[in-house]
Amino acid sequence: MIGLTHYLFVSCALFFIGVYGFLTRRNMITMLMSIELILNSVNINFIAFNKFLFADRLDGLFFTIFIITIAAAEAAVAIAIIINLYRNYHTIDVEEVNTMKF
Amino acid sequence: MLNTPLIALIPLLPLFTFALIALVGRRYFPSFCGILGTLSLLTSFILAATVAYDYFFVVGKVANVYQQIIPLKYTWLQFSPNMAIDMGILLDPISVMMILVVTLVSLMVHFYSLGYMKGEERYATYYSFLALFTFSMLGLVLSSNIFQIYIFWELVGVSSYLLIGFYFDKPSAVAASKKAFIVTRFADLGFLIGILVLSYYAGTLDFQTLIMRLTTPTDQLHTIVAASFLGCSALTWGLVLIFIGGAGKSAMFPLHIWLPDAMEGPTPVSALIHAATMVVAGVFLVARLFPVYAISCPPALEVVKWVGITSSFLAAIIACTQTDIKRVLAFSTMSQIGYMMFALGVSGYGGENGLGYMASMFHLFTHAMFKALLFLGAGAVIHYVHSNEMKDMGGLRKLMPVTHLTFLIACLAIAGIPPFAGFFSKEEILQAAFQSNKVIFVIAVITAAITAFYMFRLYFSIFWIPPTPKGELSHDTHETHHGEAPLTMKIPLIILALLSVCVGFIPFGKFVSSDGAQLLTPFHIGFSIVPVLLATGGILLARSFYSKESLAPQRMADSFKGLYRSAYHKFYIDEIYLFITKKVIFNLVGRPSAWFDRNIVDGTMNLLATTTGKTSFLIRRVQSGKLQSYAAYFFVGVIGFVLIFIYWWT
Repeated sequence: MIGLTHYLFVSCALFFIGVYGFLTRRNMITMLMSIELILNSVNINFIAFNKFLFADRLDGLFFTIFIITIAAAEAAVAIAIIINLYRNYHTIDVEEVNTMKF
Repeated sequence: MLNTPLIALIPLLPLFTFALIALVGRRYFPSFCGILGTLSLLTSFILAATVAYDYFFVVGKVANVYQQIIPLKYTWLQFSPNMAIDMGILLDPISVMMILVVTLVSLMVHFYSLGYMKGEERYATYYSFLALFTFSMLGLVLSSNIFQIYIFWELVGVSSYLLIGFYFDKPSAVAASKKAFIVTRFADLGFLIGILVLSYYAGTLDFQTLIMRLTTPTDQLHTIVAASFLGCSALTWGLVLIFIGGAGKSAMFPLHIWLPDAMEGPTPVSALIHAATMVVAGVFLVARLFPVYAISCPPALEVVKWVGITSSFLAAIIACTQTDIKRVLAFSTMSQIGYMMFALGVSGYGGENGLGYMASMFHLFTHAMFKALLFLGAGAVIHYVHSNEMKDMGGLRKLMPVTHLTFLIACLAIAGIPPFAGFFSKEEILQAAFQSNKVIFVIAVITAAITAFYMFRLYFSIFWIPPTPKGELSHDTHETHHGEAPLTMKIPLIILALLSVCVGFIPFGKFVSSDGAQLLTPFHIGFSIVPVLLATGGILLARSFYSKESLAPQRMADSFKGLYRSAYHKFYIDEIYLFITKKVIFNLVGRPSAWFDRNIVDGTMNLLATTTGKTSFLIRRVQSGKLQSYAAYFFVGVIGFVLIFIYWWT
């Protein structure tokens, strides 16, 4: 029987994989993908809690749909930023783009 | 009839001239500025003369007493319903007399400068400064308000500063102008405090109201007399502080140190500002407030008296030893102003007692004539010889006949030989002193004798003594250059000489007296014998010493060696000032305050700044610009919060 714990385990794993990717990858596109992983882990959380705790309501589902929408918008903005960075620095390596410092 | 706009025009014309020359004339018609200034002053003088005529003979007298008339007054700054600073014109005998003197002497000096300053590079600037000074001085004497007088007081100080430092490429002139400005400013501090004290208690700044409230038994008088500070009443303090301001401007001991140095300015300027007009402003100020001094506060008048006689005597002694002719004249000015001061000091108010007041004003009037003449004569001599030193002169009698004659008249006038102007006024002063205080009288007579001696020492050294070999050479070269002086310089000399002869015959007491009523001064022949004899003795002594090459002066100086040396060094008063400022004030006040400022005040601020700087230097590595390290901090932070919320919060 697959219970709440299994869902949460998957979600937690997904979240930390995302965090790990965000902190270690140098390529901005990959970092963006890691962020998507984190968001999706949250989505799984919402759905799981909705299903197991309040099965007769749809609040968690709505939130998930919202998050997917926002993630799409965010991806568009992020890619625009990345394109601009590429135009200025001719790279999308996040280590190279470090002029905002002391 | 008094015509108000015309009266206002007397001081305003020079102001317009100043603005015109300074803004436009200096650039577009510089060589015409002299004539422009002279013409405007001529107009002012004519106006002043008509006003004087109207005042003294037509409208001034009511019931045989000269009234104070305020033809013009407008409220300038209204502080509270009953406290305002006004701008106005006050006509009374002394202010009318002063506008006459100021415009006359200023006109003479303007005219004289046409020749004297010819070819000067900053000719137009010079005339603009002269106009500014004339405006300020006229404003000063016409002020109806003690604050107004203070404003003009500072303005004459500024113009004096500008004119002393006219040759600003000469370091000595720059130093002299700074010295004059600082010393008089220092005295003006006293003046300002005095104004504040008096006006605080009297509740007004207006002269008429102020004098009225402080001389009649009113509430204001009771409070100001009752208020006491360090053992003297507030009234005494106020009046003494105001007198300090006057003493600074009038070069009274011990604030006289700026006057001899002020001779660095052009000579006509010395004649106008530092002999005839500005330096008597202090006397004028005391005279303006005289009822308060005389009726309500005799102790303050004592101060005036003793300061006056001390200055007079000291300056006369110093004048005997100086070798620069302008400095001799400067000290003689100081001595004569001392005369005017102590004449005020010995005077009482009203009727016969007011003899000293009248005498002081009379002496101010005559002194302006002959002292301006002396300076202009000295200017002509300097123009001819190109030196201020007596030893470069001598034997000029035949070379400069007009200057010689006019200078002789001025010397006789200042020495008090009848029938020249100085005799009459000096006689009145001595009489006033004789009636009031015998000690003062004796010192005054001795001073008069010394005055005669040093003036004739000057006269004989310039015009009689054969020039020294070194001088000969320079004379020969100058003779070929130009004659005695241009006509523009001779005419003022002649006019002033005529005036020096005849102004003494004006029955001055009829016009100017302490209470406005006529003061008839009986003339005692017997009384004048002693002073005139002493003065003649002084002249003869000077003649035997200086009319030809003689060893007597040197022997005399040797026998009074200590006295001579200290008088030559002006009794070391400059040195005392330097000692006090440099050694005492700098070391005891200046250095500690500088230390405090540098180490405590600045130190606190520096400590704050360095602490901030050091801290930020330590933590600046955090701002690495690396996105992922920021994210890592953020993540660690979130985990930290989560742990706190889970385990500690509940």
